[in-house]
Amino acid sequence: MTITAKWRSRLLYVGVAAVVAYCLAPFYWMLVSSLRRTSDIFDTSLLPSRPSLENYRAVFDPSQGFTRALLNSLIVAGITTALALLLATFTAYAMARLEFRFKRLILTLIIATSMFPVVSIVVPLLKLFTDIGWINTYQAMIVPSMSFALPLAVWNLTTFFRQMPDELEHAAMIDGCTRGQAFRKIIIPLAAPGIFTTAIITFIAAWNEFLIALSMTNKPAMQTAPVSISKFSGATQFETPFGSQMAAGVLVTVPLVVMVLLFQRRIVAGLTAGAAK
Amino acid sequence: MADTKTPPDTAEDEPGRAADRPSGQSSRPTSRRRTRTRATAGSGRMAALLVSPTLLVLSIVVLYPTVMALKESLYGTKGLDPKTGFIRTSEPFVGLKNYTEVFGAAGDRFWNAFWNTTFFSVVTVGLETVIGVAMALIMHKAFRGRALVRAGILVPWAVPTAISALLWRWIFNSNGIANAVVGRQILWTTEGFHAKVAVIIAEVWKTAPFIGLLVLAGLQVIPEEVYEAARIDGASALRRFWHITLPLVKPALLVAVLFRCLDALRMFDLPYILVGAQKNSVETLSMLAQNEASNVRFGPASAYAVLLFLYVFLIALAFVRLLGADLVGGGAARGSEGRNRRLRITAPRRAEVTA
Repeated sequence: MTITAKWRSRLLYVGVAAVVAYCLAPFYWMLVSSLRRTSDIFDTSLLPSRPSLENYRAVFDPSQGFTRALLNSLIVAGITTALALLLATFTAYAMARLEFRFKRLILTLIIATSMFPVVSIVVPLLKLFTDIGWINTYQAMIVPSMSFALPLAVWNLTTFFRQMPDELEHAAMIDGCTRGQAFRKIIIPLAAPGIFTTAIITFIAAWNEFLIALSMTNKPAMQTAPVSISKFSGATQFETPFGSQMAAGVLVTVPLVVMVLLFQRRIVAGLTAGAAK
Repeated sequence: MADTKTPPDTAEDEPGRAADRPSGQSSRPTSRRRTRTRATAGSGRMAALLVSPTLLVLSIVVLYPTVMALKESLYGTKGLDPKTGFIRTSEPFVGLKNYTEVFGAAGDRFWNAFWNTTFFSVVTVGLETVIGVAMALIMHKAFRGRALVRAGILVPWAVPTAISALLWRWIFNSNGIANAVVGRQILWTTEGFHAKVAVIIAEVWKTAPFIGLLVLAGLQVIPEEVYEAARIDGASALRRFWHITLPLVKPALLVAVLFRCLDALRMFDLPYILVGAQKNSVETLSMLAQNEASNVRFGPASAYAVLLFLYVFLIALAFVRLLGADLVGGGAARGSEGRNRRLRITAPRRAEVTA
């Protein structure tokens, strides 16, 4: 190896730049396209010749129902995350701290659930929800979403709880706390960062869900943002409104990207801790 | 003090064993023993209490639909009743007909979807693994700007698949940037092999960084000394990668690949939006089942869903065997020391075989 250290570090910078470009270039294209005027939407210049917010205005045109779709997404993903976290906190605590029969089996089953093909539960639930009149309701999207949100949350929280030292709650219990009190007063506040990370990861998963939301709704007013955007209509039947699709895509993605940028260290810890176990 | 060191129910403690533990802390034997037993019995009850809501919810949203799907797959579609000539009010019981028809004349669409699913899974996971490992190696080496790279790498993961499908449809538009870059007019998102390519490119973009992230986590736990020793022994960079890095990140990599495989097998959003529903060249099993269900042919839809489920299950089982075999090491039952040595020798060799 005759490559000098200087060359090696240069090569490394090239590599880093390539990785960043690979990850961000398509996203950048979405951003740039969303700022183009309709008349030059097919331009392939790297910067919009004359940036315009035309597409963003089109997105919020009442006929697209995008605001409502955003609200629907927020409700479905929010409630799914809240419910999953509530149940998962207790379960994960038991998994990390208590010793009981069938523990490994139960944890394996819960994890296995998250690998389940969603369509296998959507088909029967679609029939059931049709029969009981749940189509176009929030619960018809929230209930099936629990199938992936809950295992994800349990798994993440279990690893977080495991990382916390036992001694703290034992000390609390010696000081006269019951296990429940130790859990509430010591564990929950200390685990707050972990719970928060889990909330972000679960929320992103629920926010990105498409198949369930697509199958369980047929009224535009009940569609979530990803479904709604995929069905945006142009001025004519043959025109796909790429500009407003890109603008809406940016609007749906930017909150997640901001979260990712702010909490990247934590999110990475959450994702990899779960996977490394 | 002793209390904090030997908590009432550490992980190793089991209720029955409480009595025959070495009596190291026998200052207050009876009372201590009793508390320990009680606490552990209580912890079982408590665990049941804490775990049951999750199990209940998962039974309702996973177990129950699965059982329903199994039952439903034995029923046909409503259609006309040949006896009365009226549209049936209930679905007729057809036994295993929905499954056997997969091998009959109507099976073409199923097998097409099956091979598409398999093809997508194998190709995307293969590419993602290569690109992901390369990304992880770069990130692992880069000391400066690692935070930036890591944040960048999370962006594709955070973009909803549905949105990324739209984005790639825009990129692959006949007047889009992809054609401008390759300098040819390719109708990417119409039927044909190029539609498959479009799906693969979009999928790999979104998920290769994720593999990179998991492999990076695996890389970071490899002690630097191992590399130093190899360097002193004169191993080249390539040999170091092949004989040290790869075998040592293999567990992390296998987990990542398993996850990606199972995820790719249920692929739906991307081909559905990027190319469209009922497109032969990209229809996956999930798309087929969803399409049948949305056309109220619940019987065949359930049968396809069950078959997909079995497929995913078999792949998962195969991986667990693979992972399990790896964890057991050389396989032969020897002393732990001997097995460790054996593992250390065989691990690189095995990597050569499998890679």
